[in-house]
Amino acid sequence: MTLRLSGIELRHSDGTLALRGLDLSIDRGERVAIIGPSGAGKTTLLNLLASALPPSAGQLQVLGADPWQLSSTRRQRLRSRIALIHQAPPLPARQRVVTAVSAGRLGQWGLGKSLLNLLHPLDISGTREVLARLDLADKLFERCQQLSGGQLQRVGIARALYQQPELLLADEPVSAMDPRLADHTLALLCQHAIEHNVTLVASLHAVELALAHFPRVIGVRDGRIHFDLAASEVGREHLDTLYANEQLSPQAVSDAAEIRWTPQC
Amino acid sequence: MLSRDQRDPAATPRLLLTLLAVALLWPGIRLAELNPLVLLQADNARTMGSFLSGFWPVAHSTEFLGLLLDATLQTLAIATAGIALALLLAVPASLLASKALSLSAASHGGRPGWLGQCLRWPTRGVLIFLRSVPEIVWALLFVRAVGLGPAAGVLAIAITYAGMLGKVYAEIFESVDQRPAHALLQAGSGRLAALAYGILPNAAAELTSYTVYRWECAVRASVVMGFVGAGGLGQQIDLSMRMFAGDEVASMLLTFLLLVLLADQLSRLLRRQFT
Repeated sequence: MTLRLSGIELRHSDGTLALRGLDLSIDRGERVAIIGPSGAGKTTLLNLLASALPPSAGQLQVLGADPWQLSSTRRQRLRSRIALIHQAPPLPARQRVVTAVSAGRLGQWGLGKSLLNLLHPLDISGTREVLARLDLADKLFERCQQLSGGQLQRVGIARALYQQPELLLADEPVSAMDPRLADHTLALLCQHAIEHNVTLVASLHAVELALAHFPRVIGVRDGRIHFDLAASEVGREHLDTLYANEQLSPQAVSDAAEIRWTPQC
Repeated sequence: MLSRDQRDPAATPRLLLTLLAVALLWPGIRLAELNPLVLLQADNARTMGSFLSGFWPVAHSTEFLGLLLDATLQTLAIATAGIALALLLAVPASLLASKALSLSAASHGGRPGWLGQCLRWPTRGVLIFLRSVPEIVWALLFVRAVGLGPAAGVLAIAITYAGMLGKVYAEIFESVDQRPAHALLQAGSGRLAALAYGILPNAAAELTSYTVYRWECAVRASVVMGFVGAGGLGQQIDLSMRMFAGDEVASMLLTFLLLVLLADQLSRLLRRQFT
């Protein structure tokens, strides 16, 4: 069992309740997509699973341990086995792509090796190989500020893959890519997960992509689990209630309904 | 009366702040006994005029220029050695005082834990103490301890500037985008590695330009300390002023202008490397 949540609640420091009463378990090697409307708590849930945010209440088990019961040294060691891909990867503008990707291994490297790698990249071939799988090998020595949003997302993915985690979390990893590239990238993530028996949890806006690539789909709404089904069992009525929004005018909703299930990239 | 649609909620606080600033400034001017009209009175203007008239032509005899070169090199050496010693203390202190490397801040919306805060305050206190005593006082103290000469100036600069550099470095670390470092900490990286990969790339230009600016200040400060016998250009200016040699003072002021220009160009050159 890679992930086990029971009765999880999470309140942000500004007082908003982002997750309420979450029960969920995910086995090793499972591939799970999380879908839901904006503001449903998908990003918060992924941050919780990455042990980046502590729950306010409930039981959390990640890779066989409760991260918030561990000392900070052992929690850092646990975190080095978890990778989180951010929707907009937070990379310093002046950093070179090769440095940004190799930063994935900082949790495994000692301080000396980390600083040496800053002066001269120690594993150029390894980083180039990861980038090549994402069709970015030619950008190895560019600075991050020279890349487009979609290219930055792929650098973020390359860093996570280079980290070689046991648990791979992705927060809208393909939101800035064109449909074809988004499809290819998700297929790559899934293939990596299968080959290395890695647990993959990804939040997605494009429902088509979620249904096409992931065997299990979880719908999240208002910080709760709306449904938790195999992809083949997800029907139109599940999606309609998941995305229902009384705030939008009926006209806008019916217009959106026509294009809603196409990949939005 | 403005309609509700057009009212800016920030307008009233801004107006009040402006009034407060004026209300505080006025007693300040009274207390400082500032009266610019004194400068225009005839005898005061004549005294200043006769002092300044000695400045031209500037001194340029070979003998004096040799002396000037020695004094300039000594001043530069005092400033550089002082800053280098200050860095030895300022860098570790800034790492201890900064919230940027807090592991708990990375997972609590930027707010560090109370234990870390308790440890950060003593470091800040030490830095405040180091810089609250003016360098001239430290210099007077060290002149008594190590005797007349540049060594007292170096120590005085090292101590005061460690306080300033440490404080400002800690704040620069906190002022750049924290998300890259937080993301690294959340992926298991150590704190110093997160600093090197997540914060320094964004902070390098600021850090360099502040350090060079402080070096420039140290050059000026070492002159003031020369007045109390800590060597360098200051001692020379002190001597020349006592002998009413305005032309020598003028050429030393020109030397200063050159030094500050040099620092400015150096800062610009280094900044270009980091942006």
